Amino acid sequence: MEKKTTYWQENLRLITICLVIWFIVSFGFGLLLVEPLNEFRLGGYKLGFWFAQQGSIYVFVGLIFWYGYKMNKLDKKYQAEDES
Amino acid sequence: MDELKLYTYIAVFGSFSIYFAIAWWARAASTSDFYVAGGGVTPMQNGMAIGADWMSAASFISMAGLIAFLGYGGSVFLMGWTGGYVLLAMLLAPYMRKHGKFTVPEFISDRYYSKTARIVAVVCLILASLTYIIGQMKGVGVAFSRFLEVDYGLGLGIGMAVVWFYAVLGGMKGITYTQIAQYCVLIFAYTIPAIFISFQLTGNPIPQLGLGSTLADGSGVYLLDKLDLVVTELGFKEYTTSNMNGSLDMFAYTMSLMIGTAGLPHVIMRFFTVPTAQAARSSAGYALVFIALLYTVAPAVGAMARLNLMNTIEPTAGQHLEYEKRPQWFKDWENTGLLEFEDKNGDGKIQYSADAKTNEMVKVDNDIMVLANPAIANLPNWVIALVAAGGLAAALSTAAGLLLAISSSISHDLMKGVLTPDLSEKNELMAGRIVMTLAILVSGYLGLNPPGFAAGTVALAFGLAASSIFPALMMGIFSKKMSGTAAVAGMCSGIGITMLYVFQHKGIMFIPGTSFLGDMAPNWFFGISPNAFGVVGAIVNFAVAFIVLQFTGPAPKVIQDLVENMRSPGGEQAISDH
Repeated sequence: MEKKTTYWQENLRLITICLVIWFIVSFGFGLLLVEPLNEFRLGGYKLGFWFAQQGSIYVFVGLIFWYGYKMNKLDKKYQAEDES
Repeated sequence: MDELKLYTYIAVFGSFSIYFAIAWWARAASTSDFYVAGGGVTPMQNGMAIGADWMSAASFISMAGLIAFLGYGGSVFLMGWTGGYVLLAMLLAPYMRKHGKFTVPEFISDRYYSKTARIVAVVCLILASLTYIIGQMKGVGVAFSRFLEVDYGLGLGIGMAVVWFYAVLGGMKGITYTQIAQYCVLIFAYTIPAIFISFQLTGNPIPQLGLGSTLADGSGVYLLDKLDLVVTELGFKEYTTSNMNGSLDMFAYTMSLMIGTAGLPHVIMRFFTVPTAQAARSSAGYALVFIALLYTVAPAVGAMARLNLMNTIEPTAGQHLEYEKRPQWFKDWENTGLLEFEDKNGDGKIQYSADAKTNEMVKVDNDIMVLANPAIANLPNWVIALVAAGGLAAALSTAAGLLLAISSSISHDLMKGVLTPDLSEKNELMAGRIVMTLAILVSGYLGLNPPGFAAGTVALAFGLAASSIFPALMMGIFSKKMSGTAAVAGMCSGIGITMLYVFQHKGIMFIPGTSFLGDMAPNWFFGISPNAFGVVGAIVNFAVAFIVLQFTGPAPKVIQDLVENMRSPGGEQAISDH
């Protein structure tokens, strides 16, 4: 029982980290901070505009794969403990 | 028959015959085939199928057009329709797959140990899915009427017949494999013209980079700067900063689309087709990769189409195109009624501006931008033909997924689950097929009398899913104590307040003239537009559920154990009925 709680807690911790990043790149950089970021440029893109229309999407993809990778490791760790 | 029409017939009917062949090969023999494709789809295949399931006529046809006219404001669709996958991968899909049932209402019924919850979930699902499907049907009609020059209604009819054939025959299994083919068709159809246009305009063939590059005309001006300049000269808002109804509305709209995405049953259902929770997580990742391929190209398509349109009508500042010399694509789209010109000052030239009094392009429908884009840029005919096939693939694949969600919720949840529990598997399969046929007819009728433009209708479906299904599922997994009564109260008040808000501004059941508050910003609650209201509905849903929970007591121990099991690693069962 205790072990399961830990697995769940580790999972919750990962989810929190991912969702904080998820929020920052989209709602933060893409919407709330768009005007100050637009002062900077990425080639022809204003930076805030780039986050809103390109950057946030790339980060989303990265986040899901990173989360999946970490969770697979977590699954293995706890399943190995179950068997031993 | 001219060359373009010949190519279009080849592309459209060629792609249709592939779908038919796949449908025949993947006929459904059991309810497991019909609802979850037997449960043996690989994450990569599932990711592609989710991509097609997900990217609808709205994504393919309307979105770039919306971005073209909204500029920066269009970002809500880009972020909103992709960010939801992060939520899906972390908050819902793996746990729901671990639980291992056929449908979303069935999950809700098990978790909330209540037939009422199941019926409420079915109602929410049908409302969200039907709203969504109207947009697909309209997309099918538009694509047919433009490219094959058949009547809008007839085009709709052909589309309905095609979906009927493979969705009814193959169920989820047929739909999965046709969706994989449809994904390939639609992504080629979308990116090839974009590559051509990006190369023409900037010399860089990768649209994502082209959008941030300088123009190839030797001026050294960045494409986006040029666009900002051109549109502001005509009195439109600056492209890269034009806000849509204010920041709060954009925030709420994006959030509504994200949680709506995560709550759409036809997408969630696709996660039941893979063997494990791990596979569900990686499916979400693959799905977003395949989706991002289109979604990062779309802003380039939108901006470049807008620039090309402006340059065609007014090649250099102050020099306007003569109406008699208008290009062929202009005439073609005038025939569909989606493009209208009115010579207000009688000089025979086309003046396009933001001022309603002098603007002579009285109608430029958002929906035509992607479809007309290759012609505006003078691309070869085979590319234009490909776009027609792609638009149809996008609309048909999403329609099929939605139809399956609707029919399974009626045949499996309402009939087998509540009304006639002793229904045999064979009869349930038959019932599923009959219900699907009826659903196609209903959505076809709604497609003929659509409320608003395609993406607008779709956006509403997200509000409904966001306010009802997403909170119920999330609380079911993340709050062990959440009880059935509380969840039902939450779902009803969430979807109730969202529908009320939409109806009061847009008319009851969208019937014109029945709205009791006009649809304009001063009437909106904190300036939140009806399409963006889903997030408020979701908050109401959460709040009501937790308040009711305080008064009615927690879920029983056996349910808490069920949740505990969903949260623990490994040990998946093959999906089954019991």
